[in-house]
Amino acid sequence: MYAFTYQRPTSLADAAAAIQAEEAKLLGGGQTLLPTLKQRLARPTDLIDLGAIPELKGIREADGGLEIGAFTRHAEVAHSDLVKRVIPSLASLAEGIGDRQVRNMGTIGGSIANADPSADYPSAVVALKATVTTDRRSIAGDDFFTGMFETALEPGEIVKSVRFARPDKAAYAKFRNPASRYAIVGVFVAKFGAEVRVAVTGAAGSVFRAEAFETALSADFRAEALNGLSVEADGLNADIHASADYRAHLVTVMAKRAVEAAG
Amino acid sequence: MANPNGIGASVRRREDQRFLTGRGNYTDDFKRPNMTHAVHVRSPYAHARILGIDFADAAAMPGVVAVLTGADMEADKVGSLPCGWQIHSKDGSPMKEPPHYPLARDRVRYVGDAVAVVIAETREQARDAAEMVVVDYEELPAVGSSTRAIDGGAPLVHDDAPDNVCYDWHLGDQAAVDAAFANAAHVAKIDLVNQRLVPNAMEPRAAMGEYDQSSGEYTLTTTSQNPHVTRLLMGAFVLGIPEHKLRVVAPDVGGGFGSKIFHYGEEAVVTWAARKVGRPVKWTADRSESFLTDAHGRDHVSHAELAMDADGNFLALRVSTLANLGAYLSTFAPSIPTYLYATLLAGQYKTPAIYAEVKAVFTNTAPVDAYRGAGRPEACYLIERLVDVAAGVMGMDKTEIRRRNFVPKEAMPYQTPVALQYDTGDFAKNLDIALPLVDYPGFQQRRAESKARGKLRGIGFATYIEACGIAPSNVAGALGARAGLYECAEVRFHPTGSVTVFTGSHSHGQGHETTFAQIVAERFGIPIENVEIVHGDTNKIPFGMGTYGSRSLAVGGSALVKAMDKVERKAKKIAAHMLEAAETDIEVKDGRFTVAGTDKSLGIGDIALQAYVPHNFPLDELEPGLDEQAFYDPKNFTYPNGCHVCEVEIDPDTGVTTIVSFAAVDDFGNVINPLIVEGQVHGGLVQGIGQALYENCVYDEESGQLVTGSYMDYCMPRADDVPSFTVCYHEDQPCTHNPLGVKGCGEAGTIGAAAAVMNAVVDALSDYGVTHMDMPATPEKVWRTIRDAAPAPTPAMAAE
Ligand SMILES: Cc1cc2nc3c(=O)[nH]c(=O)nc-3n(C[C@H](O)[C@H](O)[C@H](O)COP(=O)(O)OP(=O)(O)OC[C@H]3O[C@@H](n4cnc5c(N)ncnc54)[C@H](O)[C@@H]3O)c2cc1C
Repeated sequence: MYAFTYQRPTSLADAAAAIQAEEAKLLGGGQTLLPTLKQRLARPTDLIDLGAIPELKGIREADGGLEIGAFTRHAEVAHSDLVKRVIPSLASLAEGIGDRQVRNMGTIGGSIANADPSADYPSAVVALKATVTTDRRSIAGDDFFTGMFETALEPGEIVKSVRFARPDKAAYAKFRNPASRYAIVGVFVAKFGAEVRVAVTGAAGSVFRAEAFETALSADFRAEALNGLSVEADGLNADIHASADYRAHLVTVMAKRAVEAAG
Repeated sequence: MANPNGIGASVRRREDQRFLTGRGNYTDDFKRPNMTHAVHVRSPYAHARILGIDFADAAAMPGVVAVLTGADMEADKVGSLPCGWQIHSKDGSPMKEPPHYPLARDRVRYVGDAVAVVIAETREQARDAAEMVVVDYEELPAVGSSTRAIDGGAPLVHDDAPDNVCYDWHLGDQAAVDAAFANAAHVAKIDLVNQRLVPNAMEPRAAMGEYDQSSGEYTLTTTSQNPHVTRLLMGAFVLGIPEHKLRVVAPDVGGGFGSKIFHYGEEAVVTWAARKVGRPVKWTADRSESFLTDAHGRDHVSHAELAMDADGNFLALRVSTLANLGAYLSTFAPSIPTYLYATLLAGQYKTPAIYAEVKAVFTNTAPVDAYRGAGRPEACYLIERLVDVAAGVMGMDKTEIRRRNFVPKEAMPYQTPVALQYDTGDFAKNLDIALPLVDYPGFQQRRAESKARGKLRGIGFATYIEACGIAPSNVAGALGARAGLYECAEVRFHPTGSVTVFTGSHSHGQGHETTFAQIVAERFGIPIENVEIVHGDTNKIPFGMGTYGSRSLAVGGSALVKAMDKVERKAKKIAAHMLEAAETDIEVKDGRFTVAGTDKSLGIGDIALQAYVPHNFPLDELEPGLDEQAFYDPKNFTYPNGCHVCEVEIDPDTGVTTIVSFAAVDDFGNVINPLIVEGQVHGGLVQGIGQALYENCVYDEESGQLVTGSYMDYCMPRADDVPSFTVCYHEDQPCTHNPLGVKGCGEAGTIGAAAAVMNAVVDALSDYGVTHMDMPATPEKVWRTIRDAAPAPTPAMAAE
């Protein structure tokens, strides 16, 4: 790591002020940022640790759904009785992130701000009609992820919380990369009345909705409704772990499994 | 009375207390006053000419003590890293042995090849400065794989190795094999790749050099499996330091799996630099460096054919292998695809004629050398895959074809057609034990149940035999080894009866501090707490050869027994003197020395005290002291063997393979500590399973860049990837030529497991006409194989 100045503000306002410094970086759970620093791939002048800011913490019921503070660790979401009761699929998604050490450190705010194409949370943000609240505004989940490692956040904007709507039924099915355990393909299926959302992560540069799947499932919420449907392999990610056509195939398989799990 | 901590007791590892509580003392834990830190500048190119190195800016960075390059080493007449084994080609010519300098001089030959070293007050300062070293490279075309290396017109890794060939070697009777094939009723054939692996010891390599100006002595503390070998190679060949001025210490070492046998350039760099800068110099690899520069394992491409008569009896085996040695010859690299591989190609079978050709080539990749099993997993995998193909050709049951061709117990000792002589082994018995363990008769029903759930179930068998101990010096010498292959031990009784053992074996996870102490406790009837095992320091132990090739117990343990024999002989003399009896009348049992037919006796503790308080010794007949040393050079290799059975279930929708069960039946000869043996087998199995399903070291063929340079891409097996193992052994066939009757257990799991898993995977896919798949059986590969095979769908699958 290169040397940097470490700051640990205790209010959102102080953090917002501190992040204005040139080349300052926000520090969530550090599960992406610290390895990057250790490999000397980034050279921030200041690290603004968000871990001591009360406004960024906690899980509450809100508008019938859930509001989760940005600095909430994956393990907290996974083990929260409230999450398990209101949106159990979200708890099980969190339980499937990385490994125990990563879950004990990584945060939801850091995960979505980072917008890794193979991260799990982006699928929930889109499928569960989330709203991302920052220190400046509210951003609809559908508009939040704009590309590979890209979001609608402006420089220095801090994610404060994420509000998820409560679905009637939902499940997340993940095909994990055996090495990193990120998602090679992850499909979040959520049913709100007649509306069904199918959000796919891992497969492409950014999370996307499989509209043909949504239409089919809105008419018939059973795995069989997806028979014969698939997403276009063109443009999907390809690496040594999975080619684009394998990923396209997995999207259908995982979508069916999610529907089955949602019941 | 049996010693509760003696031979055969599952004593818990005494060393674990310090390991599990973070009190181990690893190389990186050592701190010295005034210590400096080294960081290497490494080549980002697989192949390039070094046109110049500009380190003026780096040298001016804060905290920098020195920036040193290959030119400085050349000026100091630092030599090339030596190779410890010479192979001769078919035509009698010696292998190509290009120089391998600790810091590259004019050309770099793999990504990670060291070009310069920066020494600074702190590691971060050294890293900062290393980034400022500007190396002017002229990039050259690279060779990223063995098949590309021999592709006519490939770039040359070394100008003096035409066609990139290091050697073109063979073993066996080609004429006899050709004749047998001419008369064969059936022939089974296979083409397979045994992919390259990264060893991934938990502790990365590290080295600290020190130089004492007043005494002229150097000390190297290093992550080594064999400190004396490093002392000899580095002292005599690289740095020109005589042994009495060079101490090599290998303290606690966090795993090696072979990768820490070898003498590496960084060890020479820190030792040499310590004198140059006049301060201790420490280097610790980070994980990325480990991926790039630890000697890798395996990397074979092979074709094999098996000739059979009409009844499925094996007549002859023909094997041709292309082995990738990487950019330079690592210490024992040439011996791995030859004498540790081709000599094992008989496996457990009485195939009368075998011929193997091995072409070893240079590529622009990290050096390849011994990795757990070293040559023997490659042999086992090839034979056992081929035997499964042969069963298919013959339409025979996979256990039946094996049983039919086993070397029978009665044929022991058995001379194979590929140089080895097996001493003992009852291969049919291993299989007989295994079959009920895995409920083989019930398999078809389990397969049908899986099918009903839309899953594919397969069962795979692998029998293995390995040659361990890495044995008699005279044989090894005749085969090209440039080292002796014995082991040493010293047993020092102290006046109050406690014992310190100095062993040349080195423990880096094997548990010697426990097992070796058990052997001593048993022999002398003393509490295990009274025995201390010392290893890993050339200033303390006699010249030892270290630990690799499952040799610690078979060779090091035998040396220990030999030293204990000497102690006992001496103790007997002392007892005879003290008890005023003839030496011939003294009977010894469990450390008690009794005059035959009387109740006059002494314990070893009394004798030890007398040995150091010799008030009335007849000094011309009896020396004081009770401290004996022995060197043991084995008569033969030892031959652990066994039968592994794996059952898998494949999800055809995703291609994911799940290991449902795994049973290992092993013959390790006598077992000193069942708990440790079981642990060694578990670890070995996981490594073999890792190769079969997960691990794959990938270089880009054209650019020579390492694609799988971190755990994000290089997949290690984890605890939740494997089932609970069924592990058992029998002790019916002890080794006949060492005093403990032991064979070794360190590598066995790795040797059998990969073949067992892959045979199970192929069996699961047999409905699709699949007869082979290369490792690792990744989900995508399995899925694609199923998709492309387009079988007649079974009813259960059609319903899906
Ligand atoms: C071995 C390993 C395995 C993993 N496996 C998975 C997996 O399976 N699935 C998965 O989804 N993820 C996985 N991760 C990622 C991990 O779960 C974290 O979610 C992720 O690293 C980012 O969260 P963090 O809190 O650690 O953020 P950090 O690493 O601290 O920060 C990441 C980025 O987000 C920014 N940031 C942090 N907090 C905020 C905020 N409140 N507002 C604005 N910007 C912010 C930072 O400035 C930085 O740019 C894995 C990580 C590791 C190391």
